Amino acid sequence: MSKNIKLTSIVLIVLFSFFVLLKGLDKSNTYSPELSTTKIDFNFKAKDLFSDEEIFLDDLIKNDGMSLINIWASWCLPCRDEHAYLLNLKSLYKLNIVGINYKDSEINAKKFLKELGNPYTNIITDPKGINSIELGAFGVPETFLIDNNSKLIIKKFIGPLDNSTFNQLTKLIK
Amino acid sequence: MINQLGNYSLYIALLISIFVISKILLSLRKSSITLSGNIFSLISVQSIMVIISFLTLIYAFVTSDFSNETVYNNSHTTKPLFYKISGTWGNHEGSLLLWLLVLTIFLFIFTVESKNLSQRYRTLTFFFQQIIIFGFLLFILFTSNPFSNLFPIPNEGTGLNPILQDPALAIHPPILYLGYVGTSIIFSSALAAIISGSINKSWASHIKKWVLVSWVFLSIGILLGSIWAYYELGWGGFWFWDPVENVSLMPWLCLTALLHTIFTLEKRDIFHSWAVILSITTFSLSMSGTFLVRSGILNSIHTFANDPSRGVFILCFLFILIFLSILIYFFYQKTIKENLTKPYLISKETAVLLNNLFMMFFLSVVLIGTVYPIFLEVINNEKISIGPPFYHKLLIPFLIPFLFFMAIGPNIKWINDKIGKINFTQVSIFIISIIVSYFFVKKYGVSYLLSLPLFILSIFLFFITIKDFFGKKVNISQKISHFGFSLLILSILLNGVLSKEFSSNMKVGDERKFLNKTIKFESIKVIKEQNYQSLIGEFNIKDENNSLSLKPELRIYDQPQTITSEADISSTIFSDNFLVFNVLKNDGFYNVRYQIKPFMIWIWISVILISFGGLISLKKKNV
Amino acid sequence: MKILKTFCILLIFFLFFQNHSLASSSQQVDKISKNLRCLICQGQSVYDSQSDFALSMKILIKKKIDEGKNDDEIYDFLISKYGEWIVYEPKFNKNTFFLWLLPILVFLGGGWIIFKKIKLFKL
Repeated sequence: MSKNIKLTSIVLIVLFSFFVLLKGLDKSNTYSPELSTTKIDFNFKAKDLFSDEEIFLDDLIKNDGMSLINIWASWCLPCRDEHAYLLNLKSLYKLNIVGINYKDSEINAKKFLKELGNPYTNIITDPKGINSIELGAFGVPETFLIDNNSKLIIKKFIGPLDNSTFNQLTKLIK
Repeated sequence: MINQLGNYSLYIALLISIFVISKILLSLRKSSITLSGNIFSLISVQSIMVIISFLTLIYAFVTSDFSNETVYNNSHTTKPLFYKISGTWGNHEGSLLLWLLVLTIFLFIFTVESKNLSQRYRTLTFFFQQIIIFGFLLFILFTSNPFSNLFPIPNEGTGLNPILQDPALAIHPPILYLGYVGTSIIFSSALAAIISGSINKSWASHIKKWVLVSWVFLSIGILLGSIWAYYELGWGGFWFWDPVENVSLMPWLCLTALLHTIFTLEKRDIFHSWAVILSITTFSLSMSGTFLVRSGILNSIHTFANDPSRGVFILCFLFILIFLSILIYFFYQKTIKENLTKPYLISKETAVLLNNLFMMFFLSVVLIGTVYPIFLEVINNEKISIGPPFYHKLLIPFLIPFLFFMAIGPNIKWINDKIGKINFTQVSIFIISIIVSYFFVKKYGVSYLLSLPLFILSIFLFFITIKDFFGKKVNISQKISHFGFSLLILSILLNGVLSKEFSSNMKVGDERKFLNKTIKFESIKVIKEQNYQSLIGEFNIKDENNSLSLKPELRIYDQPQTITSEADISSTIFSDNFLVFNVLKNDGFYNVRYQIKPFMIWIWISVILISFGGLISLKKKNV
Repeated sequence: MKILKTFCILLIFFLFFQNHSLASSSQQVDKISKNLRCLICQGQSVYDSQSDFALSMKILIKKKIDEGKNDDEIYDFLISKYGEWIVYEPKFNKNTFFLWLLPILVFLGGGWIIFKKIKLFKL
């Protein structure tokens, strides 16, 4: 290989690496889950909190339109903060909200709802946390807006809902 | 006030740097470059300025001077004195100042110990080293200044991370930096030697000391990091292929290749270009490591928290240096008096080339594994993880032939050797290794296809390196290092295969059976210490021969609010018993992890042996 | 030299087609969880982590194993939920083609350069 070809190719590789690394600095180094749009497999069974029946999550997401799936627990403090927004979504926007009660005791969960109100159309329990993994969740609280027909996640909210995320949600629902 | 002294010293150092660089550049116009005594004094003054600066920073930490922002962020009045001092370099700004300190002191040492060498070569080395120093000074003074002021002066600092208060972790950075910065001298010297046309045996003799010094310090630095991870992090592992660890391993691999090449250059006057390329690459890797760790581009448990603008600076600086060295190499390539005789196939020269080939392969695996996610994310917007399985899959198959060549390589003669010269001893050792390995694999039921050859060759190398101690004209430093390396591979292999682990949720009073032992969770003691609350779990591990008492600890700090888990490790020359426990949400239950890890101590000892061989080589008066 | 190179490449292919050894189900849970990244803790594997996420994950893996799923199916399931980032061993697909290939190329390239620089036969 002639010296010049060697030199040019090395320079090109070095320049390429430089620009890639430069661009790489802008990217966040933690995974931001909003990037993934997954289709949820609703074909799993879970126990309903109040009726004690085993139901398919599929059956709770029917018809047209959108639903909200909210993962919560009575021991989770930020869940208290976001509860008002959920009540709002239910009463004002008539949104179908399915609750997943994560690693909780049923008594405490029912107490929580009695105290703060129940925005959920249905609640299923997830005592070991494995149903939440079926949804690709990280922890509590987490909220998913899904399309009832395609079963795709329209938007995922990690952490408690607040003013700005609430506004995003209401815009998407319309 | 003291703050300003530190700051101004650095500015003076910067001015000196600019002056020296300009002076040398100007004198390049004349055909010969002569060193005036002035430059020597300037370099000395520069080192003194940086020393003063560093000392003032230590002073600020020791006196808890919270008017200094770095001290405020990284220290606390209740920190023990030892950790106040080590806190100086346990943060981004302070550690950069440490880099600078070693850069200038090493340059000073170089100036003194190279007194009798060619002036042109020395001056050029100063020139390149000053460019590096200049870059660091700019970076420190304008983006990472450890002497920035806070007003009003806070009463108390915020830096009390308990994980950082550990002796191994305190000396790990300085030792590591001695290794990294040593490679800067090698870099500057190599560039200087190309330009002055002096890549030859005497350059190799001279730079050999620096290569050995960097190599020894880097080895020990890496060892300290692993020891810390093992004792402190509670997972019983010592290497995770975490980006920051990889970043220290890469220059080490390159430096090992360089070491062998320099020995060969000195002895046989061959591999000139390759020695230069390796010298440039090693330092580039050290600098890239600095970039990767400090810029926030990689996700790791031990990156400094940093903003990307600092990353841009280091990136540009790094690539300027790389471009500069590429240009100089290609431009001055003709001056390298390459030895045109080709080495024979069976010769020690070829064995060294083979060593370098494998080192470069291992290096490329680690490098690509570390930076590939960045490239993939930028080009394709996909995020993947590259963890231990990747490294193991690529490295282990190539390690097997490497061990073989390492066993036979050192015994091959220089220039030319006979292919039929297979030693009876070597063959019998090989057969013994096969037999031993076969029984071993059979007994312990290790069923992987790859582990049998790996065992055979590790044991083979081990016995060969022992046998090599006996013989005439033994190069003792080489034998010690090679033996150390074989011991390292064997210990890691045995440790990996024979380690046993137990994990269970237990309450006080519970007893569990594991293999031939009974693990009893006897009690929990709560003790209030100076800055944390301590929960000590008392466990007893009993088997038919003896009874072992282990007391792992949970420390609950409230400033900042963290819980750390301190394992209790009982080490003997045969094995370590490792116990750690964690609190669970279900009241009264603790997750208990007990591990039996054979030969851990030998892993540490072997690295010490490897470095020791390097040290002895330094002490030798002749080749 | 050439023999050495082909030997090494063959070894690598062996790896990709290696059968996984049979193990008890809890060992299998351990093995799989060691290969998964705990997504809410920096730098820990699911095996090492005590976080809620990790504990739930371990229970889920056990459930999938009891359902008869093998390692690959479990990994694929988790990748479909969380992305390839969760698995420590990068799969061999069009994204990671260069990842696995480049070091091999380095070795082969280096080997070829050495090949050209040494005298093969004794004169």
